[in-house]
Amino acid sequence: MEKFASVRGAAAPLLIDDINTDQIAPVQFMRALEPDYEKALFARWRGDPNAPFVLDEQRFRRAPILVAGSNFGCGSAREVAVWALAAHGVRCIVARSFSEVYRESLLKNGMLPVVLNPALRSDFEARVVAADGQAPFEVDLAAYRITCPDGAAFAFGMDAGERTALLEGLDDVAMTLRHRSLIDAWEKQTALHQPWLQQITATD
Amino acid sequence: MTALWARHCSTKIWSRHRLAGDEGGKTLLYIDRVVVDDVRAPQVLKNLERRALAIRRPDLSVVVQDHSVPSFQTHSGLGGNDFVDATRVAAHRHGLRLLDVGDAEQGISHVVMPELGLVLPGSTYLCVDSHSPTVGGVGALGLACGSSELEHALATQAMWVRKPRQMRVRLEGGLDDGVYAKDVILHLIGRLGLDAARGIALEFAGGLIASLSVEARLTLCNMAVELGARTSIVAPDETTFAWLATSPHAPRADLWRRAHDQWRDLRSDGDARFDVELEIDCAGLAPQITWGTTPAQVASVAGHVPDTAAQAGLDEAIWRRALGYMDLTPGTCLAGTRINRVFIGSCTNARFGDLEIAARIVTGRKIADGVKAVVVPGSRAVGRRAQEHGLRDIFEDAGFLWGEPGCSMCAGGGGEKVTAGERIVSTTNRNFEGRQGAGVRTHLASPATAAAAAIKGEICDPRPLVQER
Ligand code: SF4
Repeated sequence: MEKFASVRGAAAPLLIDDINTDQIAPVQFMRALEPDYEKALFARWRGDPNAPFVLDEQRFRRAPILVAGSNFGCGSAREVAVWALAAHGVRCIVARSFSEVYRESLLKNGMLPVVLNPALRSDFEARVVAADGQAPFEVDLAAYRITCPDGAAFAFGMDAGERTALLEGLDDVAMTLRHRSLIDAWEKQTALHQPWLQQITATD
Repeated sequence: MTALWARHCSTKIWSRHRLAGDEGGKTLLYIDRVVVDDVRAPQVLKNLERRALAIRRPDLSVVVQDHSVPSFQTHSGLGGNDFVDATRVAAHRHGLRLLDVGDAEQGISHVVMPELGLVLPGSTYLCVDSHSPTVGGVGALGLACGSSELEHALATQAMWVRKPRQMRVRLEGGLDDGVYAKDVILHLIGRLGLDAARGIALEFAGGLIASLSVEARLTLCNMAVELGARTSIVAPDETTFAWLATSPHAPRADLWRRAHDQWRDLRSDGDARFDVELEIDCAGLAPQITWGTTPAQVASVAGHVPDTAAQAGLDEAIWRRALGYMDLTPGTCLAGTRINRVFIGSCTNARFGDLEIAARIVTGRKIADGVKAVVVPGSRAVGRRAQEHGLRDIFEDAGFLWGEPGCSMCAGGGGEKVTAGERIVSTTNRNFEGRQGAGVRTHLASPATAAAAAIKGEICDPRPLVQER
């Protein structure tokens, strides 16, 4: 997995609640085995000349930071909705909250989900809107800190294990297989006490 | 595994599957059944090869063809059948059980797995599809994941999961004839919102639940996902066991008796404490239908499109966008709105009981002029049974098209195209913009309400049609 240490660049505001994965990556763009993920990104919201989409505006074109509302990534579990943002260059999403499945998929792709303390959110979001892509923000995972262009710093929290996995780009499967003996033991026990879970009964 | 917290139905399953804890705030859970669908299978299985990872338990994993199965012989599926073909090749190469197009056991993952007894009470189920919690309807712990987490699960038969908070919704009161589980869950989502159960294990309980069929419970758990629930469950009871007893892959004879003994202990203890507890009286509930572009934008069929954003409880811009997309005027009555299409299908409402409900309304009638209506059984088994019971004839005589089992028009993978601007009453679970095709206006409703709309050519209350029989 790709390591995540820090990113520096524009922070694009997309302050809408309940943005779902059908919006982030519409299903029509999954119609090929190897789709163009970047083309899928918010495909139905982009290209409207009257309402330019934030990530299409010149100053946000390669914004590595996206700032969103609550329940970001709800709906379908499709991981293309993560890959599409990654293909556009987004590495960190600061949201009021995330759908859990989406958040896990971000972590598995070496991307950083940040949820700020509720007391700090409005202040931070106001600074993102005020900066308007003209000056860089910096997200530093090692320091658990986002620094705004004016120097204001916002601390955020994250579980130590998740952070280490991101900082070191750990292989998730290898990590879990350190517990291989527990998995072996569980299967052996269960085969005795709940054998129907350890086999699929054949039809007559 | 202290008895103190292992008291809710879902924590009982959780603690029995707990392998290790609690790194990064997560628990490593053993996964009894891993399910790969045809949209994800080709890439996920290729990635495993690239990473030189072996599938730990191919014998406990199932590959399903559902999302991209062509609904009609004249149609082609996703990518002109690329997904179906690539899925077949990949499943064979990895020695995985494949429920292939045309097989007797094929169907939508969340329909076939419980129906065939491939997922059982007290077990954990992981599918690379957000509606995995559907299987809570048979008392299993269903979890959804993305492609990367699925790779991990195939390689390890385990998953790291953050322990959910516990919520119980007690449903009380009886439902009127013509009102169903779908109406209950739509009403609930409208009341609570898309975010109400995020990070939560939601248990449905109460007097109404005890009276509901397993199929109705599967519908509830299916759409609990739209509340943001991490997982949802109905504690298994004798109704569940009776439903499972005849399923082809359920344990038999002595094993069944042993399983049954254990399953009876899964119900939440009387003094179990939930983080959130809610009681909803469903007596007098009217049939529900969505008017907007999320499942939370819902009203009763005789109700009105909200007059203002404030009334809808939405931001002005979001409210306007939803109404613009749906081409609805504030304050108009939903009943009487002309429709072009009806779809009865999906993992929410394509089980035998759902088709029976719709057939009760369709029997002896014809669909309205200018309406195209499609019914797609959730599985081949459902389709066979519907045929044996004469339901297929009832639908076809009325003018419905009968499609091949699969997700079909739910997410537009079955090849049946709907034109931008067309209005469809659909028994599916998501009405997001573009979900059923670019510009397609989706109204979510029960099979009864969908069937009634097909007959009348407009949104209407199905109850008079049911009662006429
Ligand atoms: S029927 Fe619809 S919601 Fe269900 S698995 Fe298929 S595409 Fe997803």
